[in-house]
Amino acid sequence: MEELLQQLTNGLAVGGIYALVALGYTMVYGVLRLINFAHGELFTLGAYLGFTFLTSFAFAGRVGPIAGLGLLALLVMGLVAVTGALLERAAYRPLRDAPRLSAVVSALGASIFLQNALMLVYGARFQVYPDEALPNRAVRLFGAQVPVMRALVVAASAALMAALWLFVHRTRFGTAIRAAAIDRDAARLAGIDVDRVVLAVFLIGPALGGAAGLMVGLTYGQVGFTMGWGYGMKAFTAAILGGIGNVPGAMLGGLLLGVVEALGSAYLSTAWKDAFAFIVLIAVLLVRPTGLLGERIAEKA
Amino acid sequence: MSRRGAPAVAAALFAALLCIAPFLLSTYWVDVLDSVGLYALLALSLNLILGEAGLYDMGHAAFFAVGAYTAAILSTSLGIPVLLTLPASGCAAGLFAALVALPVLRLRGDYLLIVTIGVGEIVRIALVNDAFGLTGGSNGIFGIPRPVLLGWRLRTPEQLFFLIWGAVAVTVLVFGRLSASRFGRALRAIRDDEVAAEGSGIDTARAKLTVFVLGSAWAGMAGTLFAAKMTVISPESFGFWESVLVFAMVLLGGAGSIPGVLLGAFLVAGLPELFRGLASARMLVFGLALMVMMVVRPRGLWPRRAGGGP
Repeated sequence: MEELLQQLTNGLAVGGIYALVALGYTMVYGVLRLINFAHGELFTLGAYLGFTFLTSFAFAGRVGPIAGLGLLALLVMGLVAVTGALLERAAYRPLRDAPRLSAVVSALGASIFLQNALMLVYGARFQVYPDEALPNRAVRLFGAQVPVMRALVVAASAALMAALWLFVHRTRFGTAIRAAAIDRDAARLAGIDVDRVVLAVFLIGPALGGAAGLMVGLTYGQVGFTMGWGYGMKAFTAAILGGIGNVPGAMLGGLLLGVVEALGSAYLSTAWKDAFAFIVLIAVLLVRPTGLLGERIAEKA
Repeated sequence: MSRRGAPAVAAALFAALLCIAPFLLSTYWVDVLDSVGLYALLALSLNLILGEAGLYDMGHAAFFAVGAYTAAILSTSLGIPVLLTLPASGCAAGLFAALVALPVLRLRGDYLLIVTIGVGEIVRIALVNDAFGLTGGSNGIFGIPRPVLLGWRLRTPEQLFFLIWGAVAVTVLVFGRLSASRFGRALRAIRDDEVAAEGSGIDTARAKLTVFVLGSAWAGMAGTLFAAKMTVISPESFGFWESVLVFAMVLLGGAGSIPGVLLGAFLVAGLPELFRGLASARMLVFGLALMVMMVVRPRGLWPRRAGGGP
């Protein structure tokens, strides 16, 4: 029982990270029908920026650990968001009316470019987060040992997702984003500035992805320049699993994949850990071809 | 020169250049051209699926792997000459494709893309874990015998060059005819509008299954040549990255255009070699080049003319 709880909390922690990254894929896809293959690298950028700030400025020493982490997260999210918006301008906007797959190849090129840029800046070896600056106690929650850092990460990902849900479903601009996701041309006719919507999703999505990268650094301590491929692929799978283009679907898909992976590698086989996500995906798509929450057909005829 | 004649002359010139290339270039560059030729085979076979029929397949390396492993297992444990395993490799990859296709091909667009990525990853992980007890796990299979052609044992890159590019020539001829045939037109009709194609009396489900199996079987046979060239194969040669490269070749060159896809294979497989002088920055420049080329030529560098021949 204790083992199961432990695995469930581990799964939810990873799942929250998958969900945050998946939101970036799904929001961009919803509005532009584009798979942003460079999103995984924006996530890695977040992890590396966190490393840079933690090693060069002593946040925690000046403003206390919690406020320091908050400030750190804001800085990382802001910088990754700006990078995301620049990426859209350089690699995707010129291709907005081109055949859809051209933008996919441009995205793959951007992904290779960013990955190698990070390697050149930070080196090919893993970088380790300085743990003396971080809270490292553990607390007991419902009978399971949970490190404070992991609890903070779960709480932060839940808070970010709640904020995003409120923004998308309860504000005027969120309504505009959902309208543009349903039909870009009709939204434009209704007076929505679609370019602003695109800019917004390329700020919000990367910001969440960057936050997820920072969280991985804070929880696991190690960051490497190739980490974006794995997390990005899992998160993209999560977005499809939940129904691509659907914001609550990405959250559900991410959490579900995290739990499935944790339980699967604990009780079935560690060696097959990376295959579980895809096996679950294929099984779900056989029953629901547009994902768990994807009701409308995302593909235009 | 008539408009019809020009492409034929260009093709003959290109073929002649290729034929003398191994005598002019250093062994290193001939080896690079051998790799380009293998990628060209993969890209031409993916082009049937992705370029002609418009099925988003980003797991082509899985079928390449099935073919390569079939050839490796048959030649090392049963002693069958590696080139004679070609039909078996093709059949194995084709059967695996049919198995995957039955549940998967009804998915649309991007859902198909992620599922084919997933199939590719599952195959790679199965190979690493030695799921069938035959594939040697992450070490792979070594000691694959050199290919023998008409009594000649092919060892050097120069000798393999003619085997590989001969296969590319056969592929170009066969797929060129296929593309110009009724079946090719049916595939393009499905790509452009599946509902309208169905309405015109095309059995779309069957055509999609056929092209997916055919393209995958061809990738499997390319796997045999790969196994024969390398003499050692391991799961890392069949990862997601390989599928991505082949996918990029098709779209960069021009989906549905055979000369375009060949050009794509040369650029995607060859550019990182040309950039070798940039040392660790070479993949950075490669990524940038991919982005710029796509932005400048969104329909590919050498697109197929609408309504024209192959």
